[in-house]
Amino acid sequence: MQIFTCPFCGPRDEREFHFVAEQGKVRPDTTQSVSDADWAAYLHTQRNEKGRVREVWMHTTCDEVFVMERHSVSMEVLATTALRKEST
Amino acid sequence: MTQYSAFRLFREGLRGHKGWGKAWRSPTLQRAYDVVIIGGGGHGLATAYYLARNHGIRRVAVLEKGWLGGGNTGRNTTAIRSNYFYPESAALYDLSVRLYEGLSKELNYNVMFSQRGMLVCAHSEHDMEMATRQYNAMRLNGIDAELLTREEIRKRVPILNVSDTARFPVHGGVNQPRGGTGRHDAVAWGYARAADRLGVDIIQNCEVQGFVMEAGRCVGVQTSHGEVRAGVVGAAVAGHSSVLGQLAGYDLPIHSYALQAFVSEPIKPVLDTVVLAPAYGTYVSQSDKGGLVLGGGLDRVPSYGQRGNMPVQEGVIGSLIEMMPALAKVKLLRHWGGIVDVTPDSSPILGPSGVDGIYLNCGWGTGGFKAIPAGGYLFAHLLATGQHTDISRPFDLSRFKTGRLVDESAASGIAH
Ligand SMILES: Cc1cc2nc3c(=O)[nH]c(=O)nc-3n(C[C@H](O)[C@H](O)[C@H](O)COP(=O)(O)OP(=O)(O)OC[C@H]3O[C@@H](n4cnc5c(N)ncnc54)[C@H](O)[C@@H]3O)c2cc1C
Repeated sequence: MQIFTCPFCGPRDEREFHFVAEQGKVRPDTTQSVSDADWAAYLHTQRNEKGRVREVWMHTTCDEVFVMERHSVSMEVLATTALRKEST
Repeated sequence: MTQYSAFRLFREGLRGHKGWGKAWRSPTLQRAYDVVIIGGGGHGLATAYYLARNHGIRRVAVLEKGWLGGGNTGRNTTAIRSNYFYPESAALYDLSVRLYEGLSKELNYNVMFSQRGMLVCAHSEHDMEMATRQYNAMRLNGIDAELLTREEIRKRVPILNVSDTARFPVHGGVNQPRGGTGRHDAVAWGYARAADRLGVDIIQNCEVQGFVMEAGRCVGVQTSHGEVRAGVVGAAVAGHSSVLGQLAGYDLPIHSYALQAFVSEPIKPVLDTVVLAPAYGTYVSQSDKGGLVLGGGLDRVPSYGQRGNMPVQEGVIGSLIEMMPALAKVKLLRHWGGIVDVTPDSSPILGPSGVDGIYLNCGWGTGGFKAIPAGGYLFAHLLATGQHTDISRPFDLSRFKTGRLVDESAASGIAH
């Protein structure tokens, strides 16, 4: 099994993780009117890159949500960074 | 070019099989074509054949970066069926099954389409209600279907564990008698040979690396063999659709994932149909050579890594042994992966790409082998006329803007 590193729990079996989405999509401002094309792009368009990717993942055993950088051909994990905001 | 026949086989058998000619030419790339097709998988090759046969367009090139059928067409588990829920899907996939029914004769190439049935099991009372709904939908769509009880399944597939002690007992199921399997390589090779005979240039080891644009329109492609002009370009590159989209400048709603398959050592005949057990997430058939051909769900990690891995292997093999405990000692022969192009509604994309001069045949995901004849037939029509037919129109890329999805993901047995 491949090992992914959860920023909260540390190195764990890949089967405990869930792919959420590509990182960096911004939800259109729904207080304004949004065109069909913009909304469709937000919902459906994917970069789906071959090579280095940045994605949002969840560690399903602890619910940590984080950004994973990895290589989509070699599957090598390059970095994992928590998305949690520090409480104020 | 040699016409294949039983007589010819017999004659060649007596002469040590030395007289067989090449099945297709290896031409050099010309400077210009009426149509350039990117991708020498089943869909690209079938498209070239139907362009020449149905539309009389013979200045056609198929550009393949590797070898013919080396993508998903040569990696799939060869299940062919049209047991879909929505009328749009049934029309598309049944066109394909009907074309498959006459394909060996039409191409003069034995694609070994064996209509041995496709059984989808139901594992609870609730599953049985959904199975009945599926059966009714299929009948309304004009597709052959049978609703089977547990007893009937026990008789038809004696090796399947239908007892109450099974991890997921079988309550019944839906069968499509006209479903079955074919020989994947033969489908690619048969279309290649027939297209070549009609004058199509098939160029292997030729990668498309860019697009030639003039006044906002695509007028050709840059390849590892140089530049080629094209009246129109068709892209049929499955898992690499987004890579081409980035080169040309069109957006796609596609994730690429690895899908894996397995084949066992050859054993005596034990299974004469295709069985899918959704609760286990595994399906299996037996090839004419005796190997059990099995597969499961998608990997859960988006990927261009064309190989197998352990989590899915454990799941699929564990499930097979629960489904058919008698197979527990059978050894695995090979295990591999292919990169499939998955859309939000698990339906394909056929039509204009959004960039003038480029059309798309992609998004077949985990189930486009069964669709090769129809995909080629309809894509040829699109490339020849610039127009949809009624069967291809619902699968236009614009559906993601209008919201009119053909959402088969819930109805296709394995939730891919
Ligand atoms: C393990 C597995 C099991 C499956 N089981 C089934 C099944 O039982 N039933 C079913 O119906 N379907 C199944 N499928 C899906 C089916 O295999 C595919 O949908 C179908 O083969 C797609 O055909 P294609 O011609 O579009 O793509 P491919 O056969 O993948 O062909 C695309 C070609 O494009 C080439 N290419 C890519 N980029 C470039 C470039 N830049 N320049 C030139 N060439 C390029 C590739 O090398 C490739 O040969 C399965 C798939 C897999 C992986």
